[in-house]
Amino acid sequence: MSYFLRKIGFYAIALWAALTLNFAIPRLLPGNPVDILLAKLQQRGGTVTEETREAYALLLGGDDSQPLWTQYVNYLQNLVRGDLGVSVSYYPAEVSDVISQSLPWTLVLVGLATVLAAVLGVGLGAFVGWRPGTWLDSLIPATTLLAAVPYFWLALLLTYLLARVLGWFPMQGGYDVVLDPGWNAEFIFSAIHYGFLPALTIVLASVGGWLLGMRNMMVSTLSEDYVLTAEAKGLAPRRILRSYASRNAVLPSIAGFAISLGFVVSGSVITEQVFSYPGIGGRLLGAVTNNDYALMQGVFLFITLAVLGANLVVDLLYGVIDPRTRARS
Amino acid sequence: MTNLSPANEPLPSDAVEQEDLARDRAGRAPRSGWRMLLPTMTPWLAVGLALVVGITLFGVLGPYLVGDPQQIRDQGLTPPSGEFPLGTTQTGQDVLAQLAHATRGSLQIGFLVGVLATVLSAFFGIYGAYRGGIADEAFSLLSNVFLVIPGLPLVIVISGFVPRESRGLWTIAVVLALTSWAAAARVLRAQTLSVRGRDYVAASKVSGERPWRVIVVEILPNLLPVIASQFVFAVIAAVLGEAGLSFIGLGAANSATLGTMLFYAQNGFALSLGAWWWFLPPGIIIALLGTGLSLINFSIDEIINPKLKNLRQHRKRARRAARLERELAGRSAKEVAAR
Repeated sequence: MSYFLRKIGFYAIALWAALTLNFAIPRLLPGNPVDILLAKLQQRGGTVTEETREAYALLLGGDDSQPLWTQYVNYLQNLVRGDLGVSVSYYPAEVSDVISQSLPWTLVLVGLATVLAAVLGVGLGAFVGWRPGTWLDSLIPATTLLAAVPYFWLALLLTYLLARVLGWFPMQGGYDVVLDPGWNAEFIFSAIHYGFLPALTIVLASVGGWLLGMRNMMVSTLSEDYVLTAEAKGLAPRRILRSYASRNAVLPSIAGFAISLGFVVSGSVITEQVFSYPGIGGRLLGAVTNNDYALMQGVFLFITLAVLGANLVVDLLYGVIDPRTRARS
Repeated sequence: MTNLSPANEPLPSDAVEQEDLARDRAGRAPRSGWRMLLPTMTPWLAVGLALVVGITLFGVLGPYLVGDPQQIRDQGLTPPSGEFPLGTTQTGQDVLAQLAHATRGSLQIGFLVGVLATVLSAFFGIYGAYRGGIADEAFSLLSNVFLVIPGLPLVIVISGFVPRESRGLWTIAVVLALTSWAAAARVLRAQTLSVRGRDYVAASKVSGERPWRVIVVEILPNLLPVIASQFVFAVIAAVLGEAGLSFIGLGAANSATLGTMLFYAQNGFALSLGAWWWFLPPGIIIALLGTGLSLINFSIDEIINPKLKNLRQHRKRARRAARLERELAGRSAKEVAAR
């Protein structure tokens, strides 16, 4: 079986597992989410008919009239149609609408911050690993300290120092609320200005992992024969560092993208909450505090989809850059 | 079944090791087998051990030495002073007392999750790889799937569904462990696959030992450093994850951890009111604990990671060169002085 087919097959299974998990969690856990949800809905002035109850029961369980298997099939059918139910906390908006409004914010913020952190970390790691055993090694404990700091604590501290004391950046939000969202220079500038602090938090807290991984690979690459050959040929050290050692050492960092992305997404959920950022992480926590189970499930599904998608792209790309992976399978 | 040709040709990197061994034999007594499993004492390892031991002692003994953390006084938000070394909260509670109890809570959950996650990863990683065939395929698929599903959002969703009253310490620990074992299982699987094929394992199998005995007696000792490093990682991840959960109000009910302390500090506007003594200490403890554990892990990593073996070499060489340089400098200085 070709490498690409195997990878696509694996992610299809992972996707199915995530969907099934989403189906199973509310049914396995104690509590009665449907009743809580309907009570909330009535408070918000929504009319509760038999149909709404059925729709929610399909999503969250609690309906014993149908066998579990039929519920499962119906649930999957609803998902394929993109029907994730109605959000209670944003009533009467559909869950899919709430998500599609907030998803771009998170994608841009987390995407940009991750790429920045990866480039910075890999670059620094290559440099540190190039000279093992020197004072540069002491950079590592420093970045470890940054990586061990809780994201939200760092975020709060940065807000206090840079936003409250120095006043360089706004404290909260994703853009200046007097502006209308749109593709004009003023709005984009405001979005960058507001997004800087959250992005800085994510970069600071995640750069250490990249640095360490790259540095370790760099140290081991240095003992490879081709590096020795390159040195013997009299190539400039910078050329060896760039075109011989780094290019090979960076491969595991790319392959380890899955794990790091999972961490970054997890961290950014709480970071968004701290900054009241209009992204999907803030929505998830809002949904949890408001018992908006439908939105909660929808957001989890989309986060998983995004992470799976990003990993699939990286894996396919990896097959292209490193021919050995294709040959092995 | 016997494999006559040696499976492990000496690698070029082994040559360095052997050279080192030879030098050891010539100079001083060779290191025993067990000593090879222990990290060499580096300044960073010492710092890491000191941090972890210090914080653990604070968490274990501290609660006996401080007053009642919940006692409310009428001196709210007093800065650090002789009576309260870390000041008081908004409702006049002693921050130091709270910190000691919270550290204990965080360590408890970290340890619990560390053990649970390590057991899970050892089961799925080692047992699957040892059995091979469909069991291996299924276990490895399972751990790969768990690896790509983002952990904290899943934890948040699960905690969101569980009603607050039934959200105890164990629930949170189990949920955190369930979402954090996968990466370790993958590493253990790869290690087991390489150990499984060795002759002494085959010999043990042929002599009719039961599977669990082969795993525990023959395979597990080889994996101990890896498991130790993964346990340390699991503890860091658990302490951080629990802090995040508690900070957003989804932690265990009635628990006192560093995360809940930060939750109350944030909801009491500690930073906006300038009460840094309330907000900073919990985060610093988490960061220092994490750093200490990671520093220990680096030292373990230098043993278990064959790719980092020559790092110890580099360090030794650098130190020797520095010493030589100092001696030379000292000698020439003396010569200058003598002249």
